[in-house]
Amino acid sequence: MTRIGVVVFPGSNCDRDTLRGIELAGGEPVALWHEQGSLDGAAAVILPGGFAYGDYLRAGVIARFSPVMRAVTAFANEGGLVLGICNGFQVAAEAGLLPGALLRNRGLRFLGRDVRIAVERADTPFTHLASPRRALRMPIAHGEGCYYADDATLDQLERDGQVLVRYVDSDGRRADELGDRALEDRANPNGSLRAIAGVLNARGNVAGLMPHPERAAESILGSDDGFGILRSLVESAKRAEGGRSSAAATGEATTGEASPSLVGAAS
Amino acid sequence: MSTPFRFAVNVTPKPGILDPQGRAVEGSLGHLGIQGVSGVRVGRRVELTVDAGDEAAARAVVERLAGELLSNPLIEAFTIERTAEPAGAGAGR
Repeated sequence: MTRIGVVVFPGSNCDRDTLRGIELAGGEPVALWHEQGSLDGAAAVILPGGFAYGDYLRAGVIARFSPVMRAVTAFANEGGLVLGICNGFQVAAEAGLLPGALLRNRGLRFLGRDVRIAVERADTPFTHLASPRRALRMPIAHGEGCYYADDATLDQLERDGQVLVRYVDSDGRRADELGDRALEDRANPNGSLRAIAGVLNARGNVAGLMPHPERAAESILGSDDGFGILRSLVESAKRAEGGRSSAAATGEATTGEASPSLVGAAS
Repeated sequence: MSTPFRFAVNVTPKPGILDPQGRAVEGSLGHLGIQGVSGVRVGRRVELTVDAGDEAAARAVVERLAGELLSNPLIEAFTIERTAEPAGAGAGR
């Protein structure tokens, strides 16, 4: 069974939902405590939502310096799959694993409600099983979700296909192109630039998004539109693991064995 | 021998970065009957003491701390001030 690690920081509060979502998607969920320096053989890692370390100073910044994040960073640098959800996106951005930053919501209020997002890149390890043809409904729950990067970076992200998901209206139209401020604010309530709800790194192995796929992973939750994202990650992790074990069988170095020594070197 | 040096780090949103807190503060001024105030930017001030051999060494520590932890260089700028040692430093109340 392919292990998917879910990091548990003090203050994480979506870790259990995420662990359950991974199980439903056919992976073996493994909780990774923030003080551990190893990923316990996980083939992919999720940084879940919550308020890591109380979100003191800036959301995500203190989590960045935890032992487990050294391991996650080394894993990501070797091409390992990492998905940050909500606070996990903030942590990944602060850690420099993803471009940009998440600012205070434009309206200053914490927002807990459903939004709709469209998959912009349906060919990634995080989205290949998610439906690209319609507006996916899932909740947001954040105070700092306004995606920001400077114009040059935004242009580069668009050009290189690093915009993963975007806020849209219920008809799937881009939230920043509705031509009506009230409608745009409703569809993109945190004020994210270019209505960006999630991004990829340049290599395509690290992704982050503010909406919560794990809170929309089965119909009893009101929506299962997020399930495709979790299933994509699990299937991609299985493939990555298969690639590694066949590499191991032919005597090549494996990523899984290389990471602990790198972690040691980094700390 | 090391000496304690007291600093303050002021972190503010960079020019051009939307600062909804600053805007909210500015918007509330009318309720106080205050006119003619603009350009309100809300940031954060962190005060700290560094033990080091000399002020330059202490300042280097603060520079690193301010750049790597206290501010996010993508969105925030910081300035460092040397401040007076507080009376009874460490008592904290």
